[in-house]
Amino acid sequence: MNPTYDAYRRPDDLGAPPARSQAMVELTIDGKTVTAPEGTMVIRAAALAGIHIPKLCASDMLEPFGSCRLCLVEIEGARGTPASCTTEVAAGMVVTTQNARLADLRRNVMELYISDHPLDCLTCPTNGDCELQDMAGAVGLRDVRYGYAGENHLDAEKDASNPYFTFDPSKCIVCSRCVRACDEVQGTFALTIDGRGFDSKVAASQDQPFLDSECVSCGACVQACPTATLTEKSLIELGQPEHSVITTCAYCGVGCSFRAEMKGEQVVKMIPNKDGHANHGHSCVKGRFAFGYATHADRITAPLIRDSIRDPWREVSWKEAIDFAAGRLKEIRDTHGPDSIGGITSSRCTNEETYLVQKMVRAAFGNNNVDTCARVCHSPTGYGLKATLGESAGTQAFDSVLKADVIMVIGANPTVAHPVFASQMKRRIAEGARLIVIDPRQIDLVRSAHVQADCHLQLRPGANVAVINALAHAVLSEGLEDSPYIEDRCEQDAYEDWRRFILEERNSPEALAEVTGVPAEDIRAAARLYAAGPNSAIYYGLGVSEHAQGSTMVMGIANLAMATGNLGREGVGVSPLRGQNNVQGACDMGSFPHELPGYRHVSDAETRALFEREWGVELLPTPGFRIPNMFDAAVAGDFKGLYVQGEDMAQSDPDINHVSAALSSLECLIVQDLFLNETAKFAHVFLPGSSFLEKNGTYTNAERRISPVRKVMKPLAGYEDWEVTQLLANAMGYPMNYSHPSEIMDEIARLTPTFRGVSFDKLDRLGSIQWPCNDNAEHGTPTMHVDAFVRGKGLFRLTPYVATQERSTSRYPLLLTTGRVLSQYNVGAQTRRTSNSQWHGEDVLEIHPHDAEQRGIEQDDWVGLKSRAGDTVLRAELTERVQPGVVYTTFHHPESGANVVTTDNSDWATNCPEYKVTAVQAYKVNRLSDWQQQFEDFTETQLQFLREARTPADA
Amino acid sequence: MPPPDARVFVPCDTTARSMGADGVAAAIAAEAARRGESVTVVRNGSRGLYWLEPMIEIESDGVRHAYGPVQPADVPALFDAAFLAAGAHALGLGPTEAIPYLARQSRLTFARVGITDPLSLHDYRAHGGYEGLTRALEMAPGEIVQAVTESGLRGRGGAAFPSGIKWRTVRNAEGAQKYVTCNADEGDSGTYADRMIMEGDPFVLIEGMTIAALAVGATQGYVYLRAEYPLAIRIMNQAIAGAEAAGLLGEDVMGSGRAFHLEVREAAGAYICGEETSMLESLEGKRGMIRYRPPLPAVKGLFGAPTLVNNVITLASVPIILAKGPEHYQSYGAGRSRGTLTVQLAGNVKRGGLVEIGFGHTLRELLEDFGGGTATGRPIRAVQAGGPLGAYIHPSQFDCPLDYEAFSEIGGMIGHGGLVVFDDTVDMGEQARFAMEFCAIESCGKCTPCRIGAVRGVEVIDRILGGVDESANLALLKDLCDTMEAGSLCALGGMAPFPVMSVMNHFPEDLRARGSAGGGVRP
Repeated sequence: MNPTYDAYRRPDDLGAPPARSQAMVELTIDGKTVTAPEGTMVIRAAALAGIHIPKLCASDMLEPFGSCRLCLVEIEGARGTPASCTTEVAAGMVVTTQNARLADLRRNVMELYISDHPLDCLTCPTNGDCELQDMAGAVGLRDVRYGYAGENHLDAEKDASNPYFTFDPSKCIVCSRCVRACDEVQGTFALTIDGRGFDSKVAASQDQPFLDSECVSCGACVQACPTATLTEKSLIELGQPEHSVITTCAYCGVGCSFRAEMKGEQVVKMIPNKDGHANHGHSCVKGRFAFGYATHADRITAPLIRDSIRDPWREVSWKEAIDFAAGRLKEIRDTHGPDSIGGITSSRCTNEETYLVQKMVRAAFGNNNVDTCARVCHSPTGYGLKATLGESAGTQAFDSVLKADVIMVIGANPTVAHPVFASQMKRRIAEGARLIVIDPRQIDLVRSAHVQADCHLQLRPGANVAVINALAHAVLSEGLEDSPYIEDRCEQDAYEDWRRFILEERNSPEALAEVTGVPAEDIRAAARLYAAGPNSAIYYGLGVSEHAQGSTMVMGIANLAMATGNLGREGVGVSPLRGQNNVQGACDMGSFPHELPGYRHVSDAETRALFEREWGVELLPTPGFRIPNMFDAAVAGDFKGLYVQGEDMAQSDPDINHVSAALSSLECLIVQDLFLNETAKFAHVFLPGSSFLEKNGTYTNAERRISPVRKVMKPLAGYEDWEVTQLLANAMGYPMNYSHPSEIMDEIARLTPTFRGVSFDKLDRLGSIQWPCNDNAEHGTPTMHVDAFVRGKGLFRLTPYVATQERSTSRYPLLLTTGRVLSQYNVGAQTRRTSNSQWHGEDVLEIHPHDAEQRGIEQDDWVGLKSRAGDTVLRAELTERVQPGVVYTTFHHPESGANVVTTDNSDWATNCPEYKVTAVQAYKVNRLSDWQQQFEDFTETQLQFLREARTPADA
Repeated sequence: MPPPDARVFVPCDTTARSMGADGVAAAIAAEAARRGESVTVVRNGSRGLYWLEPMIEIESDGVRHAYGPVQPADVPALFDAAFLAAGAHALGLGPTEAIPYLARQSRLTFARVGITDPLSLHDYRAHGGYEGLTRALEMAPGEIVQAVTESGLRGRGGAAFPSGIKWRTVRNAEGAQKYVTCNADEGDSGTYADRMIMEGDPFVLIEGMTIAALAVGATQGYVYLRAEYPLAIRIMNQAIAGAEAAGLLGEDVMGSGRAFHLEVREAAGAYICGEETSMLESLEGKRGMIRYRPPLPAVKGLFGAPTLVNNVITLASVPIILAKGPEHYQSYGAGRSRGTLTVQLAGNVKRGGLVEIGFGHTLRELLEDFGGGTATGRPIRAVQAGGPLGAYIHPSQFDCPLDYEAFSEIGGMIGHGGLVVFDDTVDMGEQARFAMEFCAIESCGKCTPCRIGAVRGVEVIDRILGGVDESANLALLKDLCDTMEAGSLCALGGMAPFPVMSVMNHFPEDLRARGSAGGGVRP
């Protein structure tokens, strides 16, 4: 049987989490000899032996609690009837789980439960998947002698405020699983038990509706609920699923494994997979609930073409669209030369798809003009980590954080951008790990329920490199470096150079205090904490990479980790938190103009020869255009044709005015996407894309984990994305004949040493694989650089701090920095088409009350935001999360125009845009900006063109 | 003639004050001033002869003489009768120690209560205080634990667990930080011994906790003190401040180089917070919910650290064990119940008060010889021993000796030593109902048998008393009691059935439809 396609049933729950001990204990349960690790609860040991003890409050996702009293057992020599969920196994223990006395006891407890529970099983949404119902059956409850006239909660009011689930307290059995899931799994502490005794009830925050409470809608409580108290609205509407398919979330770089619970081709629920190696059964509001976009009415399901963006769209057949696109591209290439066309891959697409796009560009277009959206997010990571450590990837598995003693978070906001990993991190912090946050804003990790950073270095935007140098200076000047490690693992000359450089007075925390805005003593305290470890781990995000010195900062981070010996084992490392689901994969797959798959430079003849043999074409030895080069060349009239798969530069790239000008000057823009996104409004060909539910493939998450994406429904427009690329390549005259993405992966594995051992079969067997996976590491590599760095010896690189040109002036006195919110994802194309917009309906401008007051700006006022690149208008949110002099916004809604304001400044090494620092002025206004007005008009025109295509002309 | 610097002892104990002690003290001072006599009013603890409160004492020729119950209006006459020189008066009770109620007791834990000024360290030391700690500081921690073990002391909070074993567990548990906590959330009906100690001899508790800390290796202690005891809170805080000032608490206890810090934490006002795991949750600032055990608090207690949890009386008994040696303490008592029990007589009793006496005396002796029967003069119909979760004892069982094992054999529980007396007008059906109602009100709500069971218990008893399906409901009640007893997470739900079952067993005539016989004799 296919291990990934199961008839639906509730996943097994062993009743208690695994014990960490290696020592095994032998005991007897119901006459059966059982061995279990020391510290295992009896209920789990029994379950592992196939003996299922009734339970309601116990779960293997939660710490033991012992409240329902159904799992009581008898243990020889022990008094009474201990609960098996709270009793640890012991050598020689003799346990009886079933006898007449226990049966009576359990039936009597069940009778009490049901005396306060509605008897509407047949019409209940969880009918068929209700633990309470199952337990009533298991204990043989036949009668409730108390009757139903006693005190009860049957009239308790239902709360349907959350868009995705309902809370029906009349069905609550007060097992506290939801409260514990919120505390232990999610770490938000939004739920509590209110009242005492019989009045005990689950309450969100201060007994508020769920939507108004601190609940982050991660779904852990819904997942934990054994009754219909917390129920997905989709389940209420659709009924129980009949089969399930394991797949991988298409949102952030955590790459959570999910069970798509299906009814035919309809998704009933997305349930986080307990066996998921990245998420261990946890989820966030996006992956768990925000999948409705996949079947949204805005989906375009037929190809569209037009001659000019001033023309309405025409709905055509696939053949016509592909021929039209290929014809135009060939014509441009023939007229304007081979460099006049190119392609852009997306971090939202699968490995197989991005591989195919870069292959098509190189083999069919005949150039290296392929780039990916990683250009605008984590390209400095690839550059910086390769230069220092030898591999363009994070060094750890997510689980490594559970062994970290000190966690340093730089320029990342995990609770909103990588929520599931943030929960794991918070769990470790709750266990006592120390926390250093380096961020211009007061992100949640600085202080929230049961989490408080030991150090918050609230630096000025743009001062990253100054801070990392000051930290290194403090380490070296105080003699806190790990000399034996450095001597053993790193290049000595480079280290000595770096050491001399860092110890220069200009790099001291004291000398840099004015630049960083951080008191020297705080820097030193953080440096001491980090160096003390013993296991110190760095996690960073786009707040590191999206700067003029993004690559320098990445190298500075690697330097600091090497200098303190914090690389090459569990609990330490340098881990970039990738923004999108497949940033790592898109980079791995050779989406860059200078690199073939596996980060091998196009100038390397040997590598080229390998690909030339496999692909049967000659490859260019020189790098092609990066995205900004494409735009510049387009504006200059040299670049005319572009194929874009799943990417939306017109919203996500900086300096939108420039992007729009570039896109407008193209003669053939082919956009392949789910929706008519901002870029598609400039397109001549629209090829309907397929959602992650409609195709097979793999994603590679931030920990290098390759996970399967599985097709649970037919592509709405008929083709999976890789098939469309294949059609286009063939039409361009380059034959491709894959019949399944597994064949594409086989090709990748043949050509890429780090992927040599990867195959779909192995993924089916193992669930997921962390690359490198080859003969040296058959099951993959959770921790990199264990005995030596990939490049051999670690290389310290000099990281002189150079201030960005974006600095506050009298004209632009504020610094704008940008980021994300929890409920929306990236450009919002997916999440804006779900109920997630109930939490974040528009982007706002966070401004410190002091700056607001100086400008006469009050909460919710319209604020003009102007930089040298452009201006827009946003609503003001007065908050002390930002420091005075800094403003902040998000770019989830295109009409916000955040990227109208951001500039063309970029990383010196990789051109990654400096989204995180833009000098701006803010002022009170009473109308939208000119750009926004134009945007509205343009959008309306383009939507009308779309409507016309969909309405038959003769109707 | 009165002595030139006559001292009058007027208890400052809550019970005495509620009966007018403050007015009496003021009246004595005023009357002395009016007469130009030099009188010092000392506010001592209560002797625990509560039916005589306000009971005042004077000291004459080194002997304390008692008068009581005194009201302010009696004061001029007492002066007229030269009470300061032990003059005869209608309220005169003679030499205090000779009052039979007191004379028959063995006051070990309560040795100083009622005698000393509670907040005078000088007084405390003059009456043998800090001899125990002095001895303990000369001993190795293991020896202290050994002494407590040999004394036979068992937990006086109710569970009667051998203290030495508990102390040894905490001592042997691994942990950089350990705690000593005192459960002073005295909430059982009819009990007040803890309060009497804290109001009447706070230093004995401080000393006991300090010795415990030395023994188990703790540096921090907390007294989780019932919020409804404002006076005890005030006195304990003052005593702690005094002990700190005198170097008896703090970084360097008695110059030993050993640290022990002590704080009072006001309890959260819920009966369940007197259960030790719930108390720990509450001390941590959380909602008072039961933790499952094991792990025992001794291994994983406050903030996850090894924690000694003992009741006030247990800890207050420690100084004398150390001062006089375990064999002295051990020489009192009977069977496996060693030392003394602090019985608190309450309810419908003629002579309510505190009786500290060696284990082994019969319930009848306590009720009749000490208590003198009911206050109403009617026959005793039942006694509830051990608080609201204790069984109702039938007069046929009154010859049972007060010792943990013997009491347990008759289905009873000594608990914290409270005895609540009922005369023959009591409706035992209502009492059974009350047990369930109490449990329903006080349940923390964590486990199902208690959370739902107690509510259903009230309803079932109401149906029985209302004459609905009597026999079926009696059977259901029995089943429910079994379920709660076997299935509950803690003693609240686990023991609430005890009083109910005792009514079913011994007073079945009251657990019937009203209108039929039963329900007690109507006076």
